[in-house]
Formats: sequence, structure tokens, C-alpha cells
Amino acid sequence: MGIKVNNLTKIFGHQFAVDNVSFNVQSNEIVGFLGPNGAGKSTTMKIITGFLPPSKGKVFVENYSVSDSPLQIKKIIGYLSENNPLYEDMYVNEYLRWVSNIYKLPSMVKKNRIVEMIGLCGLQNEQHKKIGRLSKGYRQRVGLAQVLLHDPKVLILDEPTSGLDPNQLAEIRGLIKDISQNKTVLFSSHILQEVEALCDRVIIIDKGKIVANDLIRELKSKINKYLIVEFASEVIEDDLKKIDGVVEVIAKGKYKFQLRSEQGVEIQHKLAQFATDKNLTLIEMKLVENSLESIFSQLTKEQK
Amino acid sequence: MFQIFFREVNSFLNSLIGYLVIGMFLICIGLLTWVFPSSSVLEYGYANMDTLFSLGPYILIFLLSAVTMRSFAEEKRLRTLEWLMTKPLTDWDLIFGKFLASNLLAIFSLAFTIVYYFSLYYLGDPVGNIDSPGVLGSYVGMVLLSAVFCAIGILASSLSNNQIVSFLFSIFFCTTFYIGFDFLAQLFENGSIVILIRQWGILYHYESLSRGLIDSRDIVYFLTLIGVFLLFSKVALNKRTW
Repeated sequence: MGIKVNNLTKIFGHQFAVDNVSFNVQSNEIVGFLGPNGAGKSTTMKIITGFLPPSKGKVFVENYSVSDSPLQIKKIIGYLSENNPLYEDMYVNEYLRWVSNIYKLPSMVKKNRIVEMIGLCGLQNEQHKKIGRLSKGYRQRVGLAQVLLHDPKVLILDEPTSGLDPNQLAEIRGLIKDISQNKTVLFSSHILQEVEALCDRVIIIDKGKIVANDLIRELKSKINKYLIVEFASEVIEDDLKKIDGVVEVIAKGKYKFQLRSEQGVEIQHKLAQFATDKNLTLIEMKLVENSLESIFSQLTKEQK
Repeated sequence: MFQIFFREVNSFLNSLIGYLVIGMFLICIGLLTWVFPSSSVLEYGYANMDTLFSLGPYILIFLLSAVTMRSFAEEKRLRTLEWLMTKPLTDWDLIFGKFLASNLLAIFSLAFTIVYYFSLYYLGDPVGNIDSPGVLGSYVGMVLLSAVFCAIGILASSLSNNQIVSFLFSIFFCTTFYIGFDFLAQLFENGSIVILIRQWGILYHYESLSRGLIDSRDIVYFLTLIGVFLLFSKVALNKRTW
């Protein structure tokens, strides 16, 4: 169940856009799909939706093979592509009705679903407008409404928040969070906070290869933490090194040091004790965490 | 398929395209048939519709190329084609939907010219002195011919994502198939080769239908041509090179 990608390879000419990629997305799981531009995120997603044929490898969605039963898969997938193409000459209402006809929804269900989606996506005031006249944020909402009309089990969202202003970003993010309950979601982005806020697990891809596939929690535990301490007067560096648990001391200024401790060992209270013992005044003690961003850039740069 | 067909017809009617095509066709053919002395029926003196049936195809080449040039080229450029292809629709749904919609527009424009038939019917001396089976055959020929032009236009549109390129392609192929083979045949003197080459062209079969005899060989020729062009369109779409 969910999405299963086995040894997927896609070659454009001589270039490997996706190179032997395998991963699973369990049912009802939200997985973030991260990577720099041109890493192969969109290509992978287009193959999962059945738009592009794979060069090698297999993709299964809800146990259907993408290459063998593309129509079945297209019925259960909701795909929002990166640039969210819409027919600008259609009215929002008309467009949603038309899309529901493509999915051949029964007429009773159709009416209810359209009303429901307009409500959910906050399009009540815009439903009688032409799509071409809507702002980017509302277009994105129309895109999402259209994706959700047939109540798909699997959602593939390709950078659904790119190009939105901060308010719209928060709104669309909230909307995605609301709709993604009881659905399998593969969600691509290059904004890390977003993935952190929405997903449990993240797959990082770079140059067509997977460089990380971890729970965000686990990924974060790999993050380096260090303490910045500043004293009011002279301290001997070697004394700091003698404190239990301290692995590394780097001088950062006149009386300022960066301390790194052993993994999982807290040294703040020991440092405070040290200061009182030596009769020193502590001016600053700050715990600094490397962000997910730094892990991301670390992982995607290693390949170069 | 019907979803695509309805959307296309709607977009013809919501934009000016549909009205423009019908209007322009009727203005051009109306002026040629009734006003300009060199082609006017009234000057000519015989109650027939030859002007419509001989000059109509040239007007249709331009107008139908203009109608069909956007069908895939524009969707490719706006990336809505990619979107359509992730919906539960087959490539044939898209091709037939668009083909039938542009065909409907052609048939609709032709339908207005039936008025000419009735005018000439009553203008004839004695009344009704007009070759009705010939007119019927010509109408069948015109409908099939415009279906071929639509299929060529759809193919041209699926080959490029630039509308002007597909417009030019379409005009080129339509003209080649309509009269190109007849011109080619002029290079030869041997009668059987001339006929062999002429048979490849649309005009040969169109003229045969105009005589009022609806021959299954001509119908098969037109349907084969339509099928081949639509099949090529499917191949072009399958390449996903955009």
C-alpha cells in the first residue's frame, strides 16, 4: 500500500535525471521530498503520476503498477504539479464541475464535493470569478480544490507553496495539513521549515540519488550542538577542556569559546559550576543547534 | 472524450474564435458566390454551387488551420496538457475530443450555406433546376475534406508548441494533400501514372463525390487519411518531448 518506488531510473538523453532511486511511502504517511533545484524531484513525481514513463525500475501506487495500469492510478492519485497549470478562461465553479466530470463522479456526489472543496479551500467569494483573474494564492487554492475533488487516496504535491507571500504560505500550509489526514502524501519543497512542520519523514534527493531517508526526529539528532560561552575575564583554555564531557574547545574571541560536548551530554550546569569554582563571571552561555538547513546543504554538497 | 469535446466547444463559444471562424467563412464565401463578378453565380447564369464547392476548401484550409493550431500547441505551452495527462483520460480521448470539436465548428459553418441551395433552387428557371444529388455529394465531400483538414491541423499542433509553426505546417500539409498531388501529376505524361498520383490527393476523391455518386472507395480514402493523421498525432504526443 502507499507508494513503492523500486530502483527507478530516468534518463534524458545521456543525463541521469533519476538514478536508481528506491523508497516507500506508507499509507497515511506524509513524507517530505527535498532537494535542490534540478535534483530529480519533479521527474520522480511525474513518473509516479504516470505522466512520464520510467527508463528502468518499477513504481507501485496502492499495489497498482504505474506502467501496467496507468488509468487506475490516475483515478486514485491527486497530483498538483509545480506550476499548477489552470485553464484561465474558465470560471472557478465551471472548472471544478468540469474536473469532476473527467473523474466521472456521480452527479449527487459531484455537487456535494464541489461545495465541500470550495468551502475547504476558502474559495466561496471567488467561485464566480474567472481563474485568469485570481491572485497566485487563490490559484493555488483552486489547484488544491481540483486535486482533492475525487477524494484521492494518494496526494503528490510538487512544490505547492512556491512563489507565495508569507501570509499565503501559512494559509496554504495549514490547508495542506488539514487535507492530508487519512491520505498518503508525498510533498516536495525546498523550504525546510515547511517540511519540518508538515511531515514526519523526509527523503532528500540530490543529482538523482537519495542522500537521506530518515524520520525528521532522527535527522535532527544527528545535528551538532555546541555551547558558546563568554566570560568577563581571562580563562585558561586547557581548564575548559578538563570539564567532564567537553570534547572540543575553540577560542572565538578574547574571552569567548565554542564548546562541543559528547553526543547527548549536557554540560551547561558543569560549566556554571566551573565558573563559580574559579570565581569567574559568566556573561553569556548560549546553546547553538545546527539547523536542518545545514544538514541539507551538508548532504547535498558532499556529492559534489 | 466528451469532457474534452465539451471543453473545446465551450472555449470556441466563450472566446471569439468560434464566431470569427463561422463569420469569416460566411463573409468570404458569400462575397465570392453572390457579389464578386468573376465568381458570382448571378453573373455566371447557371444554377449551381460550384463557387462554394471549389473555393470553399481554400478558405477552410486557412480557417481550420487557425482553429486547430492552438489545440495541442497552446496546451503544451501552458503545461495544461501535462495536467490533462495525469487525469484518467487516454491520449485518444484528448485527440478525438479536440478533433470532433473543431469538426463541429466546420460543419456548423457549412450548415449555413444550405441557404444557398434553397436560393438557387428557387432562382433556377424552371424552379428546382439544380443538380441536387451533386450538391449532396459535394456536401459530403466538403464535410470529409474539412475533417481531413482538422486531422492535419491536430497533427501539426501536436508536433510543435509554437502556434505559428503549427499553423504553417497545417497549411502546408493541407494544400499538399488537397492540390499538391494534382500539380505533381502534371509532370508526367503517361495517363495511368497521372491517375495513380492524382488518386493520392484529396481533390480527385472530392471531385468524384461532387458528381453525386457516393462511392465507398472515396469514403474509405477520407477515413483512412483521418485515421493516419490522428495516429501520427498520438505518436507525437507519446514522445513527451515538451
